[in-house]
Amino acid sequence: MWIDLAITMVKILFILTITVGFFAPVLTWVERKQSAIMQDRIGANRADILGFTALGLFHIIADALKMFTKEDFIPQGANRALHTLSPIIALVPAIVTFAVVPFGGQYMLWGKEVSLVISDLDVGILFVFAISSIATYGYVVAGWSSNNNWSLLGAMRTASQMISYEVAMGLTIIGVLMVYGSMQLTEIGAAQETGYWGFILQPVGFVMFFTAAIAENKRVPFDAPEAESELVAGYFTEYSGLKFGMFFMAEFIEMVTIGAIMTILFFGAWHIPFLPTATLLSMFDFLGDDFSNLVVMLIHVGVFFGKVTFFIFVQMIIRWTLPRFRYDQIMKLGWKVLLPLSLLNIVGTGIVILLF
Amino acid sequence: MGVTEQGLLERDKDTMTLNMGPQHPSTHGVFRVLLEMDGEIVRSAEPDIGFLHTGIEKTAENKRYVHCIPMTDRLDYLSPPQNNLAFCLTAERLLGLQELPARADYLRVIMCELGRIGSHLVWLGTHALDIGAMTVFLYAWREREMILDLNEMISGVRMMTSYIRIGGVAKDATPQWLDGVRKFVDHVPGKIDEYESLLTNNPIWLDRTRGIGTMTKEEALNWSMSGPVLRASGIDWDWRKKRPYSRYDEFKFDVPTQDHGDVYDRYLVRVEEMRQSREIIKQALDNLPDGPYKIEDNKISLPPRDTLHTSMESLIHHFKLVSDGVKVPKGSAYVPTEGARGEVGFYIVSDGSNTPYRMKLRAPSFMGIPGMCQMMEGAFIADVVAIIGSIDIVMGEVDR
Repeated sequence: MWIDLAITMVKILFILTITVGFFAPVLTWVERKQSAIMQDRIGANRADILGFTALGLFHIIADALKMFTKEDFIPQGANRALHTLSPIIALVPAIVTFAVVPFGGQYMLWGKEVSLVISDLDVGILFVFAISSIATYGYVVAGWSSNNNWSLLGAMRTASQMISYEVAMGLTIIGVLMVYGSMQLTEIGAAQETGYWGFILQPVGFVMFFTAAIAENKRVPFDAPEAESELVAGYFTEYSGLKFGMFFMAEFIEMVTIGAIMTILFFGAWHIPFLPTATLLSMFDFLGDDFSNLVVMLIHVGVFFGKVTFFIFVQMIIRWTLPRFRYDQIMKLGWKVLLPLSLLNIVGTGIVILLF
Repeated sequence: MGVTEQGLLERDKDTMTLNMGPQHPSTHGVFRVLLEMDGEIVRSAEPDIGFLHTGIEKTAENKRYVHCIPMTDRLDYLSPPQNNLAFCLTAERLLGLQELPARADYLRVIMCELGRIGSHLVWLGTHALDIGAMTVFLYAWREREMILDLNEMISGVRMMTSYIRIGGVAKDATPQWLDGVRKFVDHVPGKIDEYESLLTNNPIWLDRTRGIGTMTKEEALNWSMSGPVLRASGIDWDWRKKRPYSRYDEFKFDVPTQDHGDVYDRYLVRVEEMRQSREIIKQALDNLPDGPYKIEDNKISLPPRDTLHTSMESLIHHFKLVSDGVKVPKGSAYVPTEGARGEVGFYIVSDGSNTPYRMKLRAPSFMGIPGMCQMMEGAFIADVVAIIGSIDIVMGEVDR
């Protein structure tokens, strides 16, 4: 009993550290450096500790300090309670979705079976969608409670965009669910150990899900809700300090979530191609049962987050390459292209499954 | 406008008033426009200018002609040489100067076309940034840096060059500078291709710019548009061709035009103009004549520095020019020139003294604002920034 609780606590701590503590802050640095490379410039390199700049990594600390010490500004006429609450509503779901995201398989460690997922729900993917859509309230309430027309416009755009793309996103993955016959993320991941990966079986679904996921996360080219050249900053125009930081963090954590879901559904989860877990285990036989399991577990976790990083990188390259869609064009793409295509994809997948 | 004390939202209208600017990321300076919004769609747009009023036109009435030149830099601060040129051409018309030494004209042309490329690079970068393509912005800035370096080399200043003077240019071009310009000329076409590869056939860019802010031939004429906006609407009009000044008739170049008059066509016209400007600079470099770089009439332009110690006459001319300036005969003149944004011209009235009696600028950005606001009506708010970007306003010359 206690040992189970302890294991769960360790997993929760690990997820929190890797998302809030590692990915979100480091991604701000990666995004700066990556865009700098793409744009033929140097990028962040000024913040230093005793003369050491560490490739600009200290900017993360500088950013954090800045956010903590800035004035927490609430505009006149704003609803103070909601204005304060909304960043929390936006950030918490982003972290909670990781409860069902597996970052490794199952391993026998010292007579105890450890499954690398905090909560192995049998409706896993549904839970992810359900929780992540709660974040919409955070954005809408933020825009509304700021008493600012720009924020309001941003909030309206967020609401319509997120609701529209949730439909498309939900339908694009049904093909995958049909192929693997499960909604449990651990099972979908395990099914790709020896079989084909999701993006080979569902290429259309893969592209469409990626598109919808970027739109859901409101990043370029779908960043109309926060388009800085149109709406100043959209729903978080009137936010400063740590509240702004929470919105910021939510966006980066959502990037990680998208990368994780993509990896699990379409990219073989924690598996290495043509290398099933059993083969990998036998390679480390000389370490003994427990240690070989431990090593394989670490390799799998590494592979998983490597793939997640790859998808994050792809999202960043897209972000720095493309211009922004107009708001109505985003809606048209969602309802008139992605939705019919994903329905067709479901029908096509169904026919193929029925015939073979 | 029935704006109540409670705020802009609580009114007896269904529309929402959106105050865009003067501190907005994409109004290109301190331009303010009041948008009456019906959801995402603009019902009416009311421009509000004057936030950058510098009083340059009025100040010029108390400045000697040569002192006016640095002020003209601050009007259209993205392509200063063209303002210098427009001012100097008008002053020279009043002075009755018919022809300048060929080298002076060629150096003026090189500076003006460098200024045009620089200005279009800023336009391209900010326009793309408004539509969300941030990388193009930094690419354009990278090439503009080369132009600024060249400006610094020849005039000592990176932006406000004041290089063109009445009767010629400030100083002769050095071989190093000419080499630098040649390097730039060889460098820039590949870079323009690079911008085009990111934008011209990009479906999102096409979606965002085609059919937006359309202006027909008649409308463009009626709203007194000029420059690239006019040419994008299908009117082949360029002062460099129609009434050549500064020996523009000695250069071979095309005037690009398009037919639809939308944001995309203005983009195409300006990108092609950069290539044509590059052609002009290349020809000017190849055929750059030797000889004096300004007129030798020492009553108008300063005598050579080294003669001051040997020639009494030079000393007197120098003293008179520096302490009193050029006396311009009574009269008035206007010389239209083709600036980066359209027709730039100074209307100068002289009462025979050493300061202009009245100086008036015909600023293309200022003339473009009414037409721009008319284009905004019925557009989405995202199109508003695309339209502002496509007209390429510079508030320095709007508010002056």
